[in-house]
Amino acid sequence: MSIANYLVLAAVLFTIGAVGVLVRRNAIVVFMCVELMLNSVNLTLVTFARSTGTVDGQLIAFFVMVVAAAEVVVGLAIIMSVYRTRRSASVDDVNLLKY
Amino acid sequence: MGPITAPSLSYTALSPLLFVFGAAAVGVLVEAFAPRAVRHPVQVALALVGTVGAFVATLLLAGTEEVTAGGALAVDGAALFLQGTIAVLGALSVLLFSERAVDPARSAFVAVAAVPAGSVRDRELATSSRVQTEVYPLATFAIGGMMLFTASNDLLIMFVALEVLSLPLYLLSGLARRRRLLSQEAAVKYFLLGAFASAFFLYGLALVYGATGSVRLSAIRDAAVTEGGDTLLVLGLALLVVGLMFKASVAPFHTWTPDVYQGAPTAVTAFMAAATKVAAFGAVLRLLYVAFGTADWTWRPLVYGLAIVSMLVGAVLGLTQTDLKRMLAYSSIAHAGFLLTGVIGLGPGDSGYGLAATMFYLLIYGLTTLGAFGLLTLVRDGDGEATHLSQWAGLAQRSPVVAALMAFFLLALAGIPLTSGFTGKFAVFRAAIEDGAWPLAVVGLVASAIAAFFYLRVVVLMYFSPAAPDGPTVGVPGLPTTIVLAITAAATLVLGVLPGAVLDLAESAAVLVG
Repeated sequence: MSIANYLVLAAVLFTIGAVGVLVRRNAIVVFMCVELMLNSVNLTLVTFARSTGTVDGQLIAFFVMVVAAAEVVVGLAIIMSVYRTRRSASVDDVNLLKY
Repeated sequence: MGPITAPSLSYTALSPLLFVFGAAAVGVLVEAFAPRAVRHPVQVALALVGTVGAFVATLLLAGTEEVTAGGALAVDGAALFLQGTIAVLGALSVLLFSERAVDPARSAFVAVAAVPAGSVRDRELATSSRVQTEVYPLATFAIGGMMLFTASNDLLIMFVALEVLSLPLYLLSGLARRRRLLSQEAAVKYFLLGAFASAFFLYGLALVYGATGSVRLSAIRDAAVTEGGDTLLVLGLALLVVGLMFKASVAPFHTWTPDVYQGAPTAVTAFMAAATKVAAFGAVLRLLYVAFGTADWTWRPLVYGLAIVSMLVGAVLGLTQTDLKRMLAYSSIAHAGFLLTGVIGLGPGDSGYGLAATMFYLLIYGLTTLGAFGLLTLVRDGDGEATHLSQWAGLAQRSPVVAALMAFFLLALAGIPLTSGFTGKFAVFRAAIEDGAWPLAVVGLVASAIAAFFYLRVVVLMYFSPAAPDGPTVGVPGLPTTIVLAITAAATLVLGVLPGAVLDLAESAAVLVG
């Protein structure tokens, strides 16, 4: 199978993730969409590692996984603290700060 | 493929980073093992030792130009100048964090973050002298990440540094003691949008890697000379710029800025506004000048447009604000635009004045902003800080010193002569004009004129309006805040009247290797 197929798949996944961040209402789901974007980047990276014949891409994918794990820890802690006060994880309810 | 060899590390060149990260790691251990009573003073001392030590190390390293850690880090004039700036701003921010005299609740930070806001236990803890002392190691890690960000010579290191500086900031903005719901909301917004933006940065990294086969900035530069028109490369660059501009709060990627600046504890806002901007622009300069300096036609129109949008959005929306923290947030967006004006002044063959001008502007903007936010912590009512514009009416009668200092900082932000803001603006506009980008300087002057209106409105309000009978009280600052205000005010004045020495330093430090 041609390498372009993997790149197109990754681009589609990235777009789904980006649109999801913009339209979904639940903070957890928004966060999952960000994770989808990161994983589509991983797919892009390993595909390019194959096409350019270097290992850097595979290595970077590991770094991305580690950073994503750290991000989950911080993100879920913040979302949890909001949820425990408001009993809701909807980003529409988080609306005290505006003009 | 041969065996992987360990890269050689130049510990001398990395000493500023080692100082800060060392202090942060020890801070985590202190948190685990020291008894609660001594934690606060020990953590403050540790954070100060780390940041001040890093500043001294950058001074001693002046003139170093080397690429270390297997080519992943570049320690050069620009990196050291910006690292020193971040270390100073970080040390001053730690002093602001440690202020315990102003608030009757004994600290700006929450006693126990895990207790739900508004619960019975939370109300009990509201006046306790306990503090979530993790804020100091978190801030130190963020400072370390920022310093790493400005020295990264590799897109992967840049990404890791971006996360090391961002993750602690997300947490810090949610740790206010008063108005906890607002603070937590700011943290959620900052986190979700920050993670979104770093995903864009990462996709840009992947595309650049695909186009050039490397993430090393020097390798990208070599590839950009031959295949600068490559669609993948240009697309990747655009996505990288989006990720970085988000951190620098450049319009149109600024939407988080006013909300997060308003919701976060004011000391954290000061830290974010001052130090994050330095770090983000350090990375922008390195990416654009080192990796894409030979193919500058790829980013010049983009940066040109972003500068205009940011200056106008910041200045015009700043007019409509009624909250001082939000107003300063829009001011920060406008200043990001002025900084981009300096970034444009690269000049042919790196000969331009842009690098030095931008670095100088970052220093003076950081110090002035830190002072302005530091003053905001002093003016209070029963509910915490009084940041609504109407509450500042007639403040000069209540506290002439605070009003005079605030007026001075606002005039500096507006760019009035004899303040550092004027010298900074003069430097970045000169860089743009020398590069032939005079329309940008014209837009900059117009935006400065618009922005001057909302700065001066506060000054007029403080001096010429009658004071409300139930107006806010002005707290007496403790030693830490006094030091911060004295240093920032002195720097704003001295760099406005006699900027020569520091400008020369910035010019001699304007070297990028890699």
